Amino acid sequence: MRFPARPVVATAAILSTLALAACSTGTEADEADGALVLYSGRSEDLVQPLIDQFEAASGIDVEVRYAGTTELAALLQEEGDATPADVFFSQDAGALGAVARAGLLAELPEGVTSAVEPGLTSTDGTWVGVTGRARVFVVDSQQVGVDEAPSTIHDLTDPSWAGQVGIAPTNASFQSFVTALRVLEGEDAAQRWLEDMIANDVQLYSNNTAILEAAQAGEIQVGLINHYYWYRLEAELGAEGMRAQLVFPAAGDPGSIVNVTGAGILAGAQDDPDALAFVEYLVSEDGQQYFVDATYEYPLVPGIAAPEGLPAVAELTNPDLDLSDLDTLAETTALLAEVGLL
Amino acid sequence: MRGSPTIGGREGSAPSRRVGLAGLAAEPRIAPRPPWGRLILAGSAVAAAALAAIPLVYLVVRVAGAESGAVADALLRARTAELAINTVGLVLAVAAGCLVLGVGTAWLLARTDLQARRLWIVLAALPLAIPSYVAAFGWVSLTPLRGFWGAFVVLTLCNAPMVTLPTLAALRQADLAQEDVARTLGRSRSRAFLEATWPQVRPAALAGVLLTALYVLSDFGAVALMRFEAFTWAIHAAYTSSFDPTLAAVMAVVLAVMGVALVAAERTMRGRQARFGSMVAARPASAPVRLGRWRMPALAALLAVAGVSLGVPLGSLLRYLGRGSGEGIAVAPLDVAADALTTVGLALAGALVALLLALPIGILAARWPSRLAAGAESASYVGLALPGIVVGLSLVYFSLQAVPALYQSVWILAFAYGVLFLPKAVGAVRASIERVEPGLEDVARTLGEGVAGTWARVTARIAWPGIGAGVLLVALTAMKELPATLLLRPTSTDTLATSLWRLTDISAYAAAAPYALVLTVVAAVPALLLTRDAVTGSTRAEGLQ
Repeated sequence: MRFPARPVVATAAILSTLALAACSTGTEADEADGALVLYSGRSEDLVQPLIDQFEAASGIDVEVRYAGTTELAALLQEEGDATPADVFFSQDAGALGAVARAGLLAELPEGVTSAVEPGLTSTDGTWVGVTGRARVFVVDSQQVGVDEAPSTIHDLTDPSWAGQVGIAPTNASFQSFVTALRVLEGEDAAQRWLEDMIANDVQLYSNNTAILEAAQAGEIQVGLINHYYWYRLEAELGAEGMRAQLVFPAAGDPGSIVNVTGAGILAGAQDDPDALAFVEYLVSEDGQQYFVDATYEYPLVPGIAAPEGLPAVAELTNPDLDLSDLDTLAETTALLAEVGLL
Repeated sequence: MRGSPTIGGREGSAPSRRVGLAGLAAEPRIAPRPPWGRLILAGSAVAAAALAAIPLVYLVVRVAGAESGAVADALLRARTAELAINTVGLVLAVAAGCLVLGVGTAWLLARTDLQARRLWIVLAALPLAIPSYVAAFGWVSLTPLRGFWGAFVVLTLCNAPMVTLPTLAALRQADLAQEDVARTLGRSRSRAFLEATWPQVRPAALAGVLLTALYVLSDFGAVALMRFEAFTWAIHAAYTSSFDPTLAAVMAVVLAVMGVALVAAERTMRGRQARFGSMVAARPASAPVRLGRWRMPALAALLAVAGVSLGVPLGSLLRYLGRGSGEGIAVAPLDVAADALTTVGLALAGALVALLLALPIGILAARWPSRLAAGAESASYVGLALPGIVVGLSLVYFSLQAVPALYQSVWILAFAYGVLFLPKAVGAVRASIERVEPGLEDVARTLGEGVAGTWARVTARIAWPGIGAGVLLVALTAMKELPATLLLRPTSTDTLATSLWRLTDISAYAAAAPYALVLTVVAAVPALLLTRDAVTGSTRAEGLQ
């Protein structure tokens, strides 16, 4: 192989040095200086407008690092006390639980944690719930009629659904659902359901979006996803473009749970008023209304109405289930690994 | 300082060129003073290999810190075996697919009277520019292909140029007279090729196959989209389930072991490097093979391969581009341009890191093959066998321990690229240095040139084109890297790949399409530069002869 000429190399070297110099920023300080570093497991396009809103309202400068929630949880655990992060905004309770158990989160003031309905936030005050997301069935309306749709997860082990159901075993929301199943019906029943699903040739996807797309394409007839994915796709395609339709599981079914997103302050930023101001903003009226309008999620602060067309959050939350019981993610992932889904 | 002026490459035929560890001590021919240059070289090679092995050290620390019971559980469960079989099957299938496709394409383009050869070479190289996750996305959105065959097709088509290009270059430089002699002696065309020409191009082809196989071992994007449960899928699942990272670390170690096994296998299969060229200055061009009635089938095959490997991914991108976004996530051209600039800058920096690490390892492996050199070379291959998330986390650990001030700076990210894609540079350096006929260096020395002068004026000048190609290849691959970039990039820094991730993560495919397209176009530049040698069919090495 031939490499053309030395000027190209020189240019390359200069270019890369320039780019690197341009990229290099000074290290940020942790004190109350009107700036904070946020690790966000929630997508930039969904939360950056809210952060801009916060910056304008508070005058605090937010530097955001976006990545997958679980990658950030792994990153925070690897960084330990050396983390530059002040606040962790997580897609799910499990990741916050893992980071809190590693002793990396500071305890939040009572005023913040009590803003949210109990049962939808942490029990020990290390993080606060921000929004709720319902677990639902998505069905391909061309293959599944309204009266044929499943009403409980136990319908799905029936041979008539063989090879037609999509799940995302690596997805945190799915894992929360399996945890709920374990808590509500016991370890043996949960294992049996998973094994029956595997025997029924359940289809594995990497995430909710892939399941929704598969139902939309008629590749599967039923999928287990979070509700807002459907609303987002509807916003992109219009109502008439939606071949996939949502079906809410019957009340009390283990398939019907509400997962929460949440935020916590890292131990090193315990006394940083900027970090606290941001978390407070997330559970303020402005913050909550933003999520209702922009992401179709359930608000968790009492007095703020859910997005239109959704059943009330009370109808979906399972009275027998305490969110703090969903903290046993390790057992769930062990179970999923044992039955061969991880 | 060389033992003998015999022409030959690594593991050369003359016994005096087989230099063991002990051979690092002085050789008696020229001067009795200690070989400081060689010791410094060996020391640098060891240091570079140690840096390249950081991910492996990290994994060992992680696994060692775990309870032995947990490690055994993770290793011995049936699932681990199942995933290992899946991964091995995919690696072997893709390696075989790329070997057949790459050598076949290279032979058609180098040895036959096919027209529009330049065009075909460019078309054969361009799939290098398409990230495998973009290709997989295209196949998923346009075809019903999934699972093993889906992953096989995508990875084979994306990686075939890794075999085609070096084989093409080797074929052009092969001594074809030997094949003609074999023909004269009554061998069939295919047998003559296998017996006379294949041994000459085998090292180049197998080196490409090795890089492909290692890439397949560590690929996550394509197998995840194709829903094929390979090892990386499970490693990712273990990390992202945010529980005990032991399972992930143990599985990553298994992957590293597989990678080392692949490197060893390639070393064995590559065999002795056939002598590069002959001392005969004039090498008469062998007459190209006349395709005759095979012309149309050959053209159809090339067209079909180009069509599916480029057409499917680009077609799907263009379809999304045309569909537009109802939700109106606007894509500002300036944002895309800024991301493109960052991508290029980081990729070039990564390529320079890879070059710096690769030079001592490659030179040592080429000139003084020894167990030490082989060990350093093998260590340099580990990064490519490991998933980006493992390498990313290992460098989080390393940079916080060793150089906290550089944490989340572009330097660590560039270093990560260097470690991840080092083998591409090491292979290029080694092969290019091997290609320099030792006789030429000896002539320079005889004419009074010093050691350094000989390297600068002879060796480096002849080897540079090949080394540059390796650097381009690293830059090209680094542009497409995602998992390590997400973990290590400076906060608020976006590359084309991270923007692509951000948008596909929320299913905004229409908004993501321009980023994917620009990424492909940017990556196409080094891909095209890589074809220059294949197109013109000459190298400086030949020009100097």
